[in-house]
Amino acid sequence: MSVGVFAGQDPAKRAMVLTALYVAQEQYGYLSAEAIQRVAQRLGMAAGEVYETATFYSMYREEPVGRYVIQVCEGLSCHLADGAERLIGYLQDKLGIAPGETTADGLFSLQAVQCLAACGSSPAMRVNDTLYENLTFDRVDMILDELRRGR
Amino acid sequence: MMFEPILLKRATLPRSETMDVYLANGGYQALAKALRQHSPAELIDMVKKSALRGRGGAGFPAGLKWGFMPTANVPKYVCVNTDEGEPGTFKDRELIEKDPHQIIEGAIIAAYAVGANRAFVYIRGEFFLGIKRWIKAIAEAYERGYLGKNILGSGFSIDLTVHRGAGAYICGEETAMIESLEGRRGEPRLKPPYPAQAGYLHQPTLVHNVETLANVPPIVLNGPEWYAAIGTPRSTGPKLFCISGHVFRRGVYELPLGVPLKEIIYEYGGGVPGGKKVKAVIPGGASTPVLTGDQLDVAMDFESLAAAGSALGTGAIIVMDEDTSMVDVARRTARFFAHESCGRCTPCRVGSVRVLQALEKLCAGEGTPGDVGRLHSLLTGIAGQTFCPMGDALVSGVRPILTRFADEFERAAKGNAAVAA
Repeated sequence: MSVGVFAGQDPAKRAMVLTALYVAQEQYGYLSAEAIQRVAQRLGMAAGEVYETATFYSMYREEPVGRYVIQVCEGLSCHLADGAERLIGYLQDKLGIAPGETTADGLFSLQAVQCLAACGSSPAMRVNDTLYENLTFDRVDMILDELRRGR
Repeated sequence: MMFEPILLKRATLPRSETMDVYLANGGYQALAKALRQHSPAELIDMVKKSALRGRGGAGFPAGLKWGFMPTANVPKYVCVNTDEGEPGTFKDRELIEKDPHQIIEGAIIAAYAVGANRAFVYIRGEFFLGIKRWIKAIAEAYERGYLGKNILGSGFSIDLTVHRGAGAYICGEETAMIESLEGRRGEPRLKPPYPAQAGYLHQPTLVHNVETLANVPPIVLNGPEWYAAIGTPRSTGPKLFCISGHVFRRGVYELPLGVPLKEIIYEYGGGVPGGKKVKAVIPGGASTPVLTGDQLDVAMDFESLAAAGSALGTGAIIVMDEDTSMVDVARRTARFFAHESCGRCTPCRVGSVRVLQALEKLCAGEGTPGDVGRLHSLLTGIAGQTFCPMGDALVSGVRPILTRFADEFERAAKGNAAVAA
């Protein structure tokens, strides 16, 4: 998918900026100055305008992250289900990093987030595009092993 | 209570998300009926008579919203709000992952009724599976001629595209969503003008929650009288209730509006683990005022919950047992709003963080006399003072926890409320 595919499909060209930022993030790994510049050129916007938009949204990254970003919800429903904190603690021990950090080999980043829309099926975690629900520690081990092997 | 599901009736079928299953189970018949037998004005009238109210949280009458759209021949838009993010809520996710076609059908009927030829799905960026399901379903609808030019030979044309959000709770607010659709920061606009007057690209725009639109095909197919007979006289129709927290069977249940809260918790949710008592229930998502354990007889509809000092919100029920620290519940609620404040106006941006800090201090067992008074004063400084409803959402979520469980906060202010981080 290139940025060009989407241009012209919307009544307003600027409306493509969120999509273009996703594409750029995929290509560059994060929204580097170069990535922002490229989106701006393609959409005929100033780099500042693109940056201003990008920094509003939590799914755009201004810094590189690990190959696998693991997100665990620490919201009320997940907490009440007695899983969220225990899961975060478990992942912290397994990976040797705190939320907000990335492992030294660049493989895993751990993040505590506010909601995964999995309030009915926590403990839950998301790894990149995949949501895992009703987790047990055994299953977490399996998932981490699979990700390590898929290196 | 036995209730034959309407919105989730196909959700348990294998491959329920596909066009084939939808068509085999009555799909797109309402659209055909709408286009062939009804004028736009008749459809608006039908939705008014059904008394359908918005399911995204505010509960605004859908028919009135349709009626606010000008009849003038100008570009008009329909937006399907799939930016579900209210803590405790996971119903729209269920609908789009399991039965996206009923929402597409509802959106097309709505677009025909208000004279819009362009529609958008604005979907929460984290809904990876939902995005795939939406894109697939829309492609199927184009293939079969339910979307595109001259649908079903009616002369009516409609295009529908998916627009992915990127992580911002505030974009569920309709004017913030429109800003985001236009490729900007999702900061809300001042209302009026309302989207029906000046929305997307400053043209008339109808914004509806996913669940609201899912109700439209059954109303058109079975008639408004049939629909209005479900629920209570003023809160009509089925509702998707999400139940989470301290219950055995968490999940999404479709029940008529007006069902007692107690019945949802004990019959559908299976009751509280360990035979514990219910201490508190948030009935409609994190921004709705908490109910106490002695209010479980309340009926889950707009009017009864308002009378009980709360709101139906999104229908997201969060159950808390007798061992729950309400100071911690307040902290977690505040943390969400502090995280999601868009930063545009000071009372919300600074106030939410100050409220959170005060609650963290109490939770850490470091409370001092005067803390509760300061919390109330901070909340008063936010209530009604912010640009959009976000500030009020924080206050309506946090303040009732403080007032209805005042003794716990007073104890915490003496430094006695240490809870696990």
